[in-house]
Amino acid sequence: MDFTIEFDKQQIESIENILQEELIDLGVQSIILMDLAGNVIVNLENGETSHDVYSLAALAAGNYGAVSAMANIIGEQEFSLLFHKGEEESIHFSKVVEDLLLLTIFNKNVSLGFLRLKVAEAIKRIQVLI
Amino acid sequence: MALINPKKKEVQVKIVYYGPGRGGKTTNLEYINKKFKKRIQNEMVTVKTYGDRTLFFDFLPFDIGEIKGHSIKVQLYTVPGQVKYNATRRLVLRGVDGLVFVADSMDLRREMNIRSLQNLKENLETFNKSIFNIPLVLQYNKRDLEEEGIPILSIDTLQKDLNSRLKAPSFAASAVKGDNVAATMKKIIALTVGSLRKKLE
Repeated sequence: MDFTIEFDKQQIESIENILQEELIDLGVQSIILMDLAGNVIVNLENGETSHDVYSLAALAAGNYGAVSAMANIIGEQEFSLLFHKGEEESIHFSKVVEDLLLLTIFNKNVSLGFLRLKVAEAIKRIQVLI
Repeated sequence: MALINPKKKEVQVKIVYYGPGRGGKTTNLEYINKKFKKRIQNEMVTVKTYGDRTLFFDFLPFDIGEIKGHSIKVQLYTVPGQVKYNATRRLVLRGVDGLVFVADSMDLRREMNIRSLQNLKENLETFNKSIFNIPLVLQYNKRDLEEEGIPILSIDTLQKDLNSRLKAPSFAASAVKGDNVAATMKKIIALTVGSLRKKLE
């Protein structure tokens, strides 16, 4: 059996700290770091929500794969902004490295622009750890 | 591509039900969902299209207890069986750890089974995986149709068509009635998780 990128306990804790500092403290509801097979690697929540993260990750992996395939068909490598806006909650997708995806769920108290900035910072810090 | 989380002491394993359209993959998962309701904390997710056909996949997460101090989360997926959905089928196969091939026992579906198995082999190859090396169980579904007088393929024929080279464990089943649905699932979980044990030591 082959395995996805392997993480040790310390790496996971460092990633959790980064996500807490950069995103949860900003007011984000929930964050999932996942692989494209749909496995949940890290999940953090602000305590106000409890989503079914395993189903979310499975659907997000499929969705991300489908969107990437669409990009390829029209001659793009990938789309730089992947974002679903709801009335109350929204979901933002961001590629961390090949095969790893960061899913951020946030409400209207957080602006998309600021969120994208913070997600980019968090990803930069995580990339160093992997 | 199982995922081990050393902090939560949790392992996630991906098992995919594959096979021709209208073969009973979703019915397998629906039966499991009903039968093992107590052990399944989350709702089954299905992405369906008009006319109740699977568009993308069905998804059922399942806790099977602990092995060597790690809790094992099995994630059951189905693929859309219809020929035209090959791109989405390939997406679902990404990171697969174990496979159930659900064949349709109906006489009329003989060709479709063979083509679908060939398609699985090709799709696995795009991920550099071989159908001969991955945990695999075959299920010959819809055995109950015989009672209704509908012509079905004999187990011998199905074995010859699909399993002569693979030599995978196989079950005669009826997903609608639940016959051998749990047995199929238990077998594939045992095969898939068996290859994990070493890793967890």
